[in-house]
Amino acid sequence: MSRTLVSIQPGESARVASVGGEAGAARRLMDLGLIRGTPIRVVRVAPLGDPIEVSVRGFMLSLRRAEAEHVVVD
Amino acid sequence: MENSSTGSLATTGLAPEAGPAQLTSQLRVALIGNPNTGKSTLFNALTGMRQRVGNYSGVTVERVEGRYRRSNGTAVSVLDLPGTYSLSATSPDEEIALTVLLGLAPDLPAPDVVVLVVDASNLERNLFVVSQILELGLPVVIALNQVDTAAAAGIRVDSVELAMQLQVQVVETVATKGQGIDVLKRAIERASALPLPERSFELPAPLFRAVQPVEAVLVQAGFHPSTAAMEALRLLAIAPEGHLAGIPGLEGEAERARTALEEAGYNARAVEAEVRYGWIAEVVEATVHRFGSAGSSRTDRIDAVLLHRVFGPLIFLLLMAIVFQSIFTWAEPLMTAVEGLVGGVGNLAGSALPEGDLRSLVVDGVIAGVGSVVIFLPQIVILFLFIGFLEATGYMARAAFIMDRFMRGVGLHGRSFIPMLSGYACAVPGIMATRTIENPKDRLATIMVVPLMSCSARIPVYTLLIGTFIPPIAVAGIFNLQGLTLLAMYFLGTAAALVVAGIFKKTLLKGPSQPMIMELPPYRLPNLRSLLLTVSHRAGLFLRRAGTIIFALTIVLWALATYPKTEVVADVTDGAAQEQQLAGSILGRAGQAVEPIVRPLGYDWKIGVSIISSFAAREVFVATMGTIYGVGSDADETSVALREQLLAETDAAGTPVYTPLIAVSLMVFYVFAMMCVSTNAVVVRETGGGWKGVKWAAFQFLWMFVLAYSAAFVVYRGGLLLGFAA
Repeated sequence: MSRTLVSIQPGESARVASVGGEAGAARRLMDLGLIRGTPIRVVRVAPLGDPIEVSVRGFMLSLRRAEAEHVVVD
Repeated sequence: MENSSTGSLATTGLAPEAGPAQLTSQLRVALIGNPNTGKSTLFNALTGMRQRVGNYSGVTVERVEGRYRRSNGTAVSVLDLPGTYSLSATSPDEEIALTVLLGLAPDLPAPDVVVLVVDASNLERNLFVVSQILELGLPVVIALNQVDTAAAAGIRVDSVELAMQLQVQVVETVATKGQGIDVLKRAIERASALPLPERSFELPAPLFRAVQPVEAVLVQAGFHPSTAAMEALRLLAIAPEGHLAGIPGLEGEAERARTALEEAGYNARAVEAEVRYGWIAEVVEATVHRFGSAGSSRTDRIDAVLLHRVFGPLIFLLLMAIVFQSIFTWAEPLMTAVEGLVGGVGNLAGSALPEGDLRSLVVDGVIAGVGSVVIFLPQIVILFLFIGFLEATGYMARAAFIMDRFMRGVGLHGRSFIPMLSGYACAVPGIMATRTIENPKDRLATIMVVPLMSCSARIPVYTLLIGTFIPPIAVAGIFNLQGLTLLAMYFLGTAAALVVAGIFKKTLLKGPSQPMIMELPPYRLPNLRSLLLTVSHRAGLFLRRAGTIIFALTIVLWALATYPKTEVVADVTDGAAQEQQLAGSILGRAGQAVEPIVRPLGYDWKIGVSIISSFAAREVFVATMGTIYGVGSDADETSVALREQLLAETDAAGTPVYTPLIAVSLMVFYVFAMMCVSTNAVVVRETGGGWKGVKWAAFQFLWMFVLAYSAAFVVYRGGLLLGFAA
């Protein structure tokens, strides 16, 4: 089974393999540069456990676990 | 737009509707770029105070326009488009930006020049929207902004090389210090005379072949070949909606293109992003130079504290407490000053005019009416100073990050928290603050429930009723029953707001769960000038729109309370004369007419009159009670005379009219009822304006009234059953 962004621990990095899920959200993530091969690092989890903060292409992005589940990583 | 290149893709013009720009001699500039690039600061630096804020027709996306003068005296108009990461049109902001650039927006011709604001410290992500806009066949100037913060972070962008790569002018700017603005203005002048930009990368052959038929359909529908090429690529990932809806055969061709690509081994949904980022990587490689160590940034170190598991929420709550507290306490002296000023103007006008209806209209109608609007101004200014500051520093996104999980429980976004909190001070700025919520349905749900948060205008009503009818008994040693009652009212409103928002999101405003994909921008010191400009925009917006409607309604209310005139029996006190006069007026008669309606809640006609009169503004309840009970309309909630009158009031049979139960039922009514014309006016405006806005405002008024009436009924009848009678 392929790993998704949700399974990456804070402080750890991975590479994006594909982005799926709802078309609008997927499109938004791809516009922001989450495409095949992009390095991505999970920075932290929000105090209430959701959303998570990631570092990608030199900026910080927050997304919910529900969205992170559709980001498949290598 | 007289230049045309001979290339197969890039030539002049746009969709056929792009005509009107040529008719005016005025140069039209559109400013576009990613959020958090300093775009608005650059806009302010270009246009100064000469700005106008409105809405795009039919939607609640803020439309900011300004102008500056050229050396030859003619004007240049500048449109500040919403910040966008792309032109994919997955949000209302992006759809607006795209339709404006294509010249398809109603009442807005296509711009003559597009200024693309690009953050020098994050060229990579910023170039995505750049690559899309270069294909629209419009003259483009790149403003490479924040070169100073980029340098501080060890990033230098070679602007000459960037200009070569993109084949457009690139101007380095530091908008916060006004650097590069003159050069930018000269570049804007020249832009129309230069060759138009075009797509600067080639599509892989299978992709090129796949999108050809889609482009053909778009050209057939009147799109320019260059624009059609950009739109065709975009359609691989999304359905044709918005301005592309209803073009015959488009979705069919797009679907065939997707299938063809999938068969050729491509991911159709991802392919546009992949080819664009492929090109971006080459540009970045050639233009961005990094020096110094890439150690942990200032933002990382601040976030380690502000987003800490324990300290993060604590600091957030502390900040909110400070904001909330200052809206109450800092605004207090200012509100008193405004009140004094209005009173002073009233006295002045009163002594200048002869006794009679005209004086009454001017003093009690116009001046008091306008005063009742202006009184909210200090709270609005203070709240927007805070919101503007939190937004400009970058903390607002962190607040949403911290609160998102909590708000998600009722189906809302983290960004809904601050508008709801603002509602404790005043629903008007709270509703205006919902503009930071991107999703229209979340925004509407938030607007619907913000007025349930107990605002400061309810305080006089609570204070009068609690002070008069709730005994100051100690509870559990340290609490006081009066204080607990007040707390209960706030709790009731807040709980109802959350529950109702949840219901709306599950029914009327149901939709696919919205993504919370949000940048956490680097922390910055806010630009004072931009901050003050934003605050003055909001204040002006409030005064103009709400002021005109309130103004008209207070005059109507004044007339209803004044006519017809009653012959007052001689030698009674002023107070008694006022009471007789009000009882005989249309308003007084209306109160008597609605008595059967309010009777089930335990109220008599006098309370009915006070409720009716307070539909324009809740705090009028106290003044009307003062008039009815003959202690004068200048009675306030702490007036001893009014309290004694209320306690002594009996009906024909000699039983007291007011009991603690009725007082509680009345307070519950005020917790839920939407009685504020300022809020109604702002809701009309913020839900789309016009007929659409009126419908939402009317709907909100109705459901809140039904809720208020039912709750007051349950409290009163339930109380009687439980034996809490007189």
